[in-house]
Amino acid sequence: MTVKLVYFAWVRERIGKSEEDLDLPASVVTVKDLLAHLTTLGEEYENALQFPDVIRVAINQEHAEHDEPIAGAREIGIFPPMTGG
Amino acid sequence: MTTPTIRVQPTDFDLQAEISALTAGRTNIGAVVTFTGLCRDEQGALSALELEHYPGMAEAEMRRIGELAIERFSLIGLTAIHRFGKIMPGENIVLVIAAAPHRQAAFDGANFVMDFLKTSAPFWKKEHAADGSQGDWIAAKDADDTARDKWR
Repeated sequence: MTVKLVYFAWVRERIGKSEEDLDLPASVVTVKDLLAHLTTLGEEYENALQFPDVIRVAINQEHAEHDEPIAGAREIGIFPPMTGG
Repeated sequence: MTTPTIRVQPTDFDLQAEISALTAGRTNIGAVVTFTGLCRDEQGALSALELEHYPGMAEAEMRRIGELAIERFSLIGLTAIHRFGKIMPGENIVLVIAAAPHRQAAFDGANFVMDFLKTSAPFWKKEHAADGSQGDWIAAKDADDTARDKWR
């Protein structure tokens, strides 16, 4: 499955890019699996995602919990807790 | 059925113009509550804020929050505008206008929208320090989660 990943704020800065298309292995089923998989891709990912509990994720631009399946996702956003307003 | 007016923009907004746009030609509104969030300089330590957002999702999430508020408080008008990009101390960041037949719904509606906007709308603030150095990303506050959770 190929999915577009988009990164924001310090997640974007630490990974060093704002978006990328990634081919995911079949073993990646949930948001949690995805975050764990990403940390295996290099030091920059590990640095960005070392505390997965604080990381927020959106599937197709809607907030998603970490136990949610990513099947059918076209775009997955990964970012820190929001600080707008 | 009231639909919220939602905008995400780099430019400033005009409070009076937005109130007028919401109320023009209407006679059923008895209360208008506005909230404006501004950029502070943190006692001179901060020279600017950089507001990053998730294009598309920011609008969608603000719209979702706005629709929840309209439903819950029976609002008859709602505008929410959030800026992005570089914002200097003293400048506006966010505007919420809630209109209702009576004041309590308008107060509660504006308050609800801000509490959810802070914790659910995909915006992030980065500080630029007054000494020219690039500062840190502002950390999310537990107090903001607590403020949101009181509406449950």
